[in-house]
Amino acid sequence: MTEERAATLREAPAVDLAAAREILDRMHPVRPGDLIPLLQKLQGAYGYLPADVLHEVSAATAIPLSRMYGVITFYSQFSTSPRGRHTVRVCSGTACHVKGSRELLEAIHHEIGVEDNGSTTDGRFTLETVACLGTCFLAPVMMVNDEYFGSLSPAQARAILKNYA
Amino acid sequence: MPGIANPQELAAYRTRAVQAQARFKGRVLVCATGCRALGALALSRGLRERIRAAGLDADFEVVETGCHGQCARAPLVLVEPQGYLYGPVKVEDLDEIVQATLVEGRPVERLCEPAGDHVWTTVEEIPFYRSQVREVFRDCGRVDPRSIDDAIAHGAYEAAARALTGMTPEEVIAEVTGAGLRGRGGAGFPAGVKWGICRKAAGGPKYLICNADEGDPGAFMDRALLEGVPHQILEGMLVAAYAIGASRGFIYVRAEYPIAVEHIGLAIEAARNLGLLGRDILGSGFDFDVEVRMGAGAFVCGEESALIASLEGHRGTPRPRPPFPAIQGYDASPTTINNVETLGNVPGIILKGQAHYAGIGTATSKGTKVFALAGKVRNTGLVEVPMGMTLRQIVFDIGGGIVEDRPFKAAQMGGPSGGCVPAQFLDLPIDYESVKEVGAIVGSGGLIVMDEDTCMVDMARFFMTFVQEESCGKCPPCRTGTRHLKDILTRICAGKGRESDLEELDRLSAEVKVSSLCGLGQTAPNPVLSTLQHFRAEFEAHIREHRCPAKTCQGLFRYEIEPHTCIGCGICARNCPARCITGDKKKPHLIDPDECIKCGLCFEKCPYKAIAKV
Repeated sequence: MTEERAATLREAPAVDLAAAREILDRMHPVRPGDLIPLLQKLQGAYGYLPADVLHEVSAATAIPLSRMYGVITFYSQFSTSPRGRHTVRVCSGTACHVKGSRELLEAIHHEIGVEDNGSTTDGRFTLETVACLGTCFLAPVMMVNDEYFGSLSPAQARAILKNYA
Repeated sequence: MPGIANPQELAAYRTRAVQAQARFKGRVLVCATGCRALGALALSRGLRERIRAAGLDADFEVVETGCHGQCARAPLVLVEPQGYLYGPVKVEDLDEIVQATLVEGRPVERLCEPAGDHVWTTVEEIPFYRSQVREVFRDCGRVDPRSIDDAIAHGAYEAAARALTGMTPEEVIAEVTGAGLRGRGGAGFPAGVKWGICRKAAGGPKYLICNADEGDPGAFMDRALLEGVPHQILEGMLVAAYAIGASRGFIYVRAEYPIAVEHIGLAIEAARNLGLLGRDILGSGFDFDVEVRMGAGAFVCGEESALIASLEGHRGTPRPRPPFPAIQGYDASPTTINNVETLGNVPGIILKGQAHYAGIGTATSKGTKVFALAGKVRNTGLVEVPMGMTLRQIVFDIGGGIVEDRPFKAAQMGGPSGGCVPAQFLDLPIDYESVKEVGAIVGSGGLIVMDEDTCMVDMARFFMTFVQEESCGKCPPCRTGTRHLKDILTRICAGKGRESDLEELDRLSAEVKVSSLCGLGQTAPNPVLSTLQHFRAEFEAHIREHRCPAKTCQGLFRYEIEPHTCIGCGICARNCPARCITGDKKKPHLIDPDECIKCGLCFEKCPYKAIAKV
């Protein structure tokens, strides 16, 4: 665990564990093979994986916290720190790369002032690059939350992001 | 809901489903999956409203379907029975479609594919479709993926009925082996042989896994199949599970594919309700059920042993093989892992027979292959062609050639495990073996077309960055080897390459290939090796002349204002962050090359295209 991550965990505010307990009840009995679907449901409920929730899950399932962190840090989907209200996913697949996704990403960096895999300090955006969104005909493409925006110029991308508060 | 207990009841169910559709004069099929990103849902909603308002709702049915294939014209609307294909369609076009086509029965020509002085109105006429052979994708875009009745009306589960009640598992395996179906995920291993090994393997219970962790950048056929014909994939799984003797299956699908997850989930539920999944399926005594698992964002989980580790709740790291999953897989039991497209081929093989399937393709590669055409090609989209078709036919006849008729430079095939096929091999018949010979692979079928603006060194660096990020870190050759490869390529792209770098790339690539643990590392250097093999001069230009011939690598080319095109509007100067563009109003402007930071903003902003890369 990096120091930064450890610090995040120490400072994490107290969270309501009711949703976690409900998910644990619904998935009972939790077998070791259910860990990833369980984490996905928890992240769905909380937006990220708060430390308190993971402690609760470990106590309830007897899955060691260390094993959970091994899994959480391996998969890019999981996050242990709060995420922005809007997730911007910029595709960096081959077709998008050929059609200028790098310029797109640079423009977005400038617009929201955050690097790859970071969140803005005002809690507005989390920026991610995705290896391929599987929508190559829309290249270059970005997703804001669940919405796709295709055939983008850097200027268009900047304009679109202004619409998200 | 009453279930379907045997093949006779399936046939009766189909008859009822077909009759229910026959009361309509036609169907309006709106792609609501890929085209959703471009507003397709507003089209289907708008069509329903207009059809109701015109009093035609007893005659025409609006169906939200999967991908029609010709994504370049998205959003697409197909009208049956005529087969008129419209795109791109806007909400403003809907009144005319309803009046002209539904009421008067004639095509709306301005929405059809242009062909010089006339238009192609129907799917059969459009060149994009004419040379295709749609076996796997036959029903994609024609059926409602959210309706099991529509799937059954189009013949779904008939192959399963035949296999489960009329054939022994050995006969099913023999049929698929005889057809010559090879794994469509990339490796090309004969599917029937894989099933046979798993069937004969000792121990149990056995498992079947559908690998839908489609992570190759540039490939999206598995997504389209799960979104568009989920019942066809489930049926393929039923037949495969019966053949190997598995009673439990998984579909491991990327979380980045929300529509695919939704549609396959609905399909499973509907099949369970009708007894097509569960106990004693179709009265055969065979039990099978399926569970959907979502990937959590790790490319390496497409590798079968890593996928199994992920299903078991671990970090998705591969393990040495043998033992292969067919002997020791999920939960240490015999497990078969098949790709989505492979399974999508299975119902057709059972229904039409091995001879039909083996009659398509080349001596060693049978059947059809779906390619995802993207990049600088006109008709981006999904195409299904017989194995053995040439790259030229795919890119030019079906793909419509390069955007703006620029020269073809290369096609990247097989994603991060593949390579770039240069123009000299345009007439190469595409099959597993021939593509491998020129340094690429058929792989999962990603086919990215590139023109002169694509730098091959940058391309190699792109893939190495990708692989380096996705390497799981378990084995050092892949973990550190790809890092070194990436560092060298980054250096070359920055104009700081050394004369010894090319030799180093060759040597390191060879080592990573032979010493990596899994397929990801073993194939990771392929994009480097193939570009080195076919485009060595481009590498040399970067290293020796500090020049990027494709004018892609920042710093290795300059921006210049063409004095004859520039009208002196000043937009470039106002946007220049380095404030290095000067010039009087209405007079040609000038960039100071010493101050220019080569950000390209002027190039992007100039409305008169007066700024050139030199």
